[in-house]
Amino acid sequence: MKILICISKTPDTTSKIAFTDNNSKFSTDGVQWIINPYDEWYALVRAIEIKEADPSTVLHLVHVGGVESDPIIRKAFSLGGDQGFRINSDIADSFFVAGQIAQVAIEGNYDLIFTGKETIDYNGSSIGGMIAEFLDIPFISHAVKFDMANGNAIVVREIDGGEEIDSAPFPLVVSCQKGMAEQRIPNMKGIMGSKSKPLNVVEPVDISPLTSVVSFDLPPAKVGVKLVSAEHPEELIRLLNEEAKAI
Amino acid sequence: MSVLIFIDIAEGKIKKASFEAANYGAAIAQQLGTFASAIVLGKSEDLSTLGNYGISKVYNLLNESIHHFDAQVFTKLIADANETIGANVFVFSNTTTGKSVAPRLSVRLKAGLVSGAVALPDTSNGFVVKKSVFSGKAFAHIAINTDKKIIALNPNSFSVIKTEGVAEVVVLNLEIPAAKIAVQSVNKIIGDVPLSEADIVVSGGRGLKGPENWGIVTDLAKLLGAATACSRPVSDIHWRPHHEHVGQTGLAIAPNLYIAIGISGAIQHLAGVNRSKTIVVINKDPEAPFFKAADYGIVGDAFEVVPKMIEAIKKLKESV
Repeated sequence: MKILICISKTPDTTSKIAFTDNNSKFSTDGVQWIINPYDEWYALVRAIEIKEADPSTVLHLVHVGGVESDPIIRKAFSLGGDQGFRINSDIADSFFVAGQIAQVAIEGNYDLIFTGKETIDYNGSSIGGMIAEFLDIPFISHAVKFDMANGNAIVVREIDGGEEIDSAPFPLVVSCQKGMAEQRIPNMKGIMGSKSKPLNVVEPVDISPLTSVVSFDLPPAKVGVKLVSAEHPEELIRLLNEEAKAI
Repeated sequence: MSVLIFIDIAEGKIKKASFEAANYGAAIAQQLGTFASAIVLGKSEDLSTLGNYGISKVYNLLNESIHHFDAQVFTKLIADANETIGANVFVFSNTTTGKSVAPRLSVRLKAGLVSGAVALPDTSNGFVVKKSVFSGKAFAHIAINTDKKIIALNPNSFSVIKTEGVAEVVVLNLEIPAAKIAVQSVNKIIGDVPLSEADIVVSGGRGLKGPENWGIVTDLAKLLGAATACSRPVSDIHWRPHHEHVGQTGLAIAPNLYIAIGISGAIQHLAGVNRSKTIVVINKDPEAPFFKAADYGIVGDAFEVVPKMIEAIKKLKESV
């Protein structure tokens, strides 16, 4: 089994969200970068578990980004993975990123491609489905459980209002979310080993993006909370009914 | 130059989020001076009522073999159907189905995709769609630079306006490719109201002290016809199932009314709920950061306050 895990770099969940250059760029001032939590906690850790159960499994990581992304890939290596590919390019849009990863995927002939269900910055939820279409293979999104039986993948996925159990042949793309695995903390052996794992730098292929960012803005601030006395919760219900018209 | 809306169905019924997508797509069509049609893959209740949401034509594929969802098959069918329909703006609801199909269709048609849209496109200079980013903490305005365009609309982002109208239903005849994914079973487990589509959400946090105390949350939710949710710590310690977790690394929601009980309002939690129209916070700590993001609040003990709220709602309902 050969698995490709897509790793994205995102601002830490506590980052202040601000914009520069006339609100056209995300302000990276003082931002701590992390591995996108869905990619790390669920996709990567589940892949590592598969390798722990069957050591013949090969785990490759792929990331699109410049040299400043190397620490993120090394951090992922400290949890697991055999080698990595960094596609040496800025990110244009999700079509561009998926197309670049698809190229690596075609050359590596993987059985399984894992992504997170979305990144916590652009919230696109698009990369997995796009890679699958580039490769013309099945895609299962929002996986909460992944197992294998009789040469097929058995995947529990979240659907609107419930869950569904799917079986699918390989090769396959799966987007992962909470439930797939538990977050891990890298140990010292992992951190030491991460430095010597092969990180291949690949030049991007020629793909034109389909979309572009025009600008960003922040939601309007709340005008302030209207506090109601704990003695009179019925007053809150009246306000919700008459003023907010919410119930 | 027309708009095609993908209508998602479950058990022969149109999903609520799809009515919203239909209405949104119809508004785009009006903006562009064209008409809106819909595509429905599978058998569903009276599709002509989509006319009430601004749809003039419904393309329906009625084949029995399509009753299970496979994104690869759905994508091919929509692309094939569009050979005759000829739409160049495609609208999905940004639900699990939409998130599976829209990205695939984007690659297949080389059509720029904006997922998580929250408003009508600005067509005054190009085609620019506002979408939610940073898990609800900001918005991005994204230009789609291709002739064909795909928008996946976040549920509860667009006010539905029903009008008079009957849609013409056209039966599609398409060759259906064999699905590679086999659905073994479907479990509807989240209760009556899917969290992502709920108008009202009642959510509980660690302040409730234990899973045995969730009765006040579920009672209040039931009374309001609301979905229940929880904070991340609560799902991490397994007081509540993880599909109820709302926040930056859980589900991002935008209900009309969000009632947070015993949740302090960490920035990661706020990220998932701050698009809610009205936020109510019940917390005994007056310093809880959630109060800064709330519209209404009560500083007090949830175990005393919530039962009184339940009584007040019952009275309100009786008086109507």
